[in-house]
Amino acid sequence: MTTTSAAGTAAATAAALALGDDALVLSHRLGEWAGHAPVLEEEVALANIALDLLGQARVLLSMAGDEDELAFLREERAFRNLQLVEQPNGDFAHTIARQLFFSAHQYLLYGELASGDSPFAPLAAKAVKETAYHRDHAEQWTLRLGDGTDESHARMQRAVDALWRYTGEMFQPVEGVEADPSHREAAWLEWTGEVLRRATLTVPDGPRTGAWAAGAGRQGLHTEPFGRMLAEMQHLHRSHPGAAW
Amino acid sequence: MTHTDWPLWEVFVRSRRGLSHTHAGSLHAPDAELALRNARDLYTRRGEGVSLWVVPSSAITASSPDEKDPFFEPAADKPYRHPTFYEIPEGVQHL
Amino acid sequence: MATAAARDTAGSRAYGVTAGADDTAGHEHAFDAAVAADERIEPRDWMPDAYRATLVRQIAQHAHSEIIGMQPEANWITRAPSLRRKAILMAKVQDEAGHGLYLYSAAETLGTSREELLDKLHSGRQKYSSIFNYPTLTWADVGAIGWLVDGAAITNQVPLCRCSYGPYARAMVRICKEESFHQRQGYELLLALSKGTPQQHAMAQDAVDRWWWPSLMMFGPPDDESQHSAQSMAWKIKRHSNDELRQRFVDICVPQAASLGLTLPDPDLKWNEERGHHDFGAIDWAEFRAVLKGNGPCNEERLTRRRRAHEEGAWVREAAAAHAARHSNGETGATRA
Repeated sequence: MTTTSAAGTAAATAAALALGDDALVLSHRLGEWAGHAPVLEEEVALANIALDLLGQARVLLSMAGDEDELAFLREERAFRNLQLVEQPNGDFAHTIARQLFFSAHQYLLYGELASGDSPFAPLAAKAVKETAYHRDHAEQWTLRLGDGTDESHARMQRAVDALWRYTGEMFQPVEGVEADPSHREAAWLEWTGEVLRRATLTVPDGPRTGAWAAGAGRQGLHTEPFGRMLAEMQHLHRSHPGAAW
Repeated sequence: MTHTDWPLWEVFVRSRRGLSHTHAGSLHAPDAELALRNARDLYTRRGEGVSLWVVPSSAITASSPDEKDPFFEPAADKPYRHPTFYEIPEGVQHL
Repeated sequence: MATAAARDTAGSRAYGVTAGADDTAGHEHAFDAAVAADERIEPRDWMPDAYRATLVRQIAQHAHSEIIGMQPEANWITRAPSLRRKAILMAKVQDEAGHGLYLYSAAETLGTSREELLDKLHSGRQKYSSIFNYPTLTWADVGAIGWLVDGAAITNQVPLCRCSYGPYARAMVRICKEESFHQRQGYELLLALSKGTPQQHAMAQDAVDRWWWPSLMMFGPPDDESQHSAQSMAWKIKRHSNDELRQRFVDICVPQAASLGLTLPDPDLKWNEERGHHDFGAIDWAEFRAVLKGNGPCNEERLTRRRRAHEEGAWVREAAAAHAARHSNGETGATRA
């Protein structure tokens, strides 16, 4: 990417891409729920979250360049999102666990960015309120699924265990984001651990990074389902080069 | 109620400060906290509200339409409760 | 449609059937007078059983249509060709879920639970609009649905804002207000395609060619074959006949198609000076009946998907209900604002 983007420096552009891709990819995954949610009220709730994230993605990607070029014309290896957000929806418990982990992180990050003087401060000030609601939604459902029926408890624990190894990546330093992730990580562990315990779930003791080095997604190393997601997302746009929509 | 049938809640929305809450509709939720959140997502997604109430539908006691006449008609024939009932000489102000 | 439970508690609740039906003639007189005076009937007013049944059937079908109608458009959310279009489409499909909820909520004021209505949808005992049994084959279909299908729906729905049943009329006011963007976004989408590359233009024309006739069928059978129309008009549930609304829609669409630069697939479509309306070709009612009977291109897929979402969500609904039952004592909920 060029250094003449709206984000200013090359580092800020890199950060806009990383944060923008997180929001874009998770929004897309939530959009896949349309018509499939466990109850109609939740169709509306999941779409609200997806729309908030898509709004954030559009602001961030526009800081880094042309939003559509970036979303639809980059190859998989050029995407900078966390591996966590690209994980398939799975059952509702997996989606909620993904939301819990990510929105708790995003809430802390935007909170810091909102009070700083980076180019992200205005976006973060708005987004932190959206994210507070996303975090609350995930918390409410984690409590109900964890402490619901035997089946929901087992499903929620499985989801937490399965996604745990993608959570370490959230606290790797991101180029262009000055805030120090280590105390954010401590706050995240404390809050998430508390929610899981209240939900009668066990905080996993497994590693919080996979076999790839932590930070893989930020370097363009993704998981297998991501390529298929992009194929679907980009197909139409790429079939009509140069067309306006 | 079956084990998956969530109870019904009535939703009241205050559209802006200075106005009272107005009935907007109903929804289903397993408990009050989710009812409030579902109400937020369903009834205020275009910025229609600044405050919400949710009330279990089963908690509402309603007047019976059968008793409509004894309940409400007696109030209709007391015109002296309304300011227009009184004749005031022309020119008298601030009254 | 009222359950025994609703009858038992009717004396104190906001909804349900009124208990004392001993003075049927007097009630009927009051009901007829209210309808004649253009007053609204409210949930606990006495109403003829057939009026209640007609409303439940119509509102339920309408609610089901919103919910099933999410599918053909949701089919394109993950492939929307720009982020702007993706946001619009997601918001629109979300609105449809919301509209379904408003309508189920209106139906519940008549003493029928949503659970019961969904069960009837899933078992095929209640219908949804046949239009949603047609597939969305290209991106342009999203535009054609917005312009034609939502356009037809709005033509049908605006008069329902004055329907004699209060909760239904109020739901329709809210829905019509929110739907105005649905039709516009569809038109704008088609316009962008029509003015775009030759391939995009062809895509738009193809979509209009496929959606035009099914949209005209959305107004229901011709007046002389419509079973429920006369009674519904008398009750002021319906305000205009099927053919009247269909004609209004055709007249609206013809100039809109011209400014889109697209043609409507009907060689017989032409202005009739004498009538002051457009004449149009014969509708293939055999196709309409076939789709209605379940033999449309997507009937099976739509219902299967809806059922699967419901079944796969059962454990979630059970979990939340179990959690609520266990924690109901200590619950604080919201404090009064």
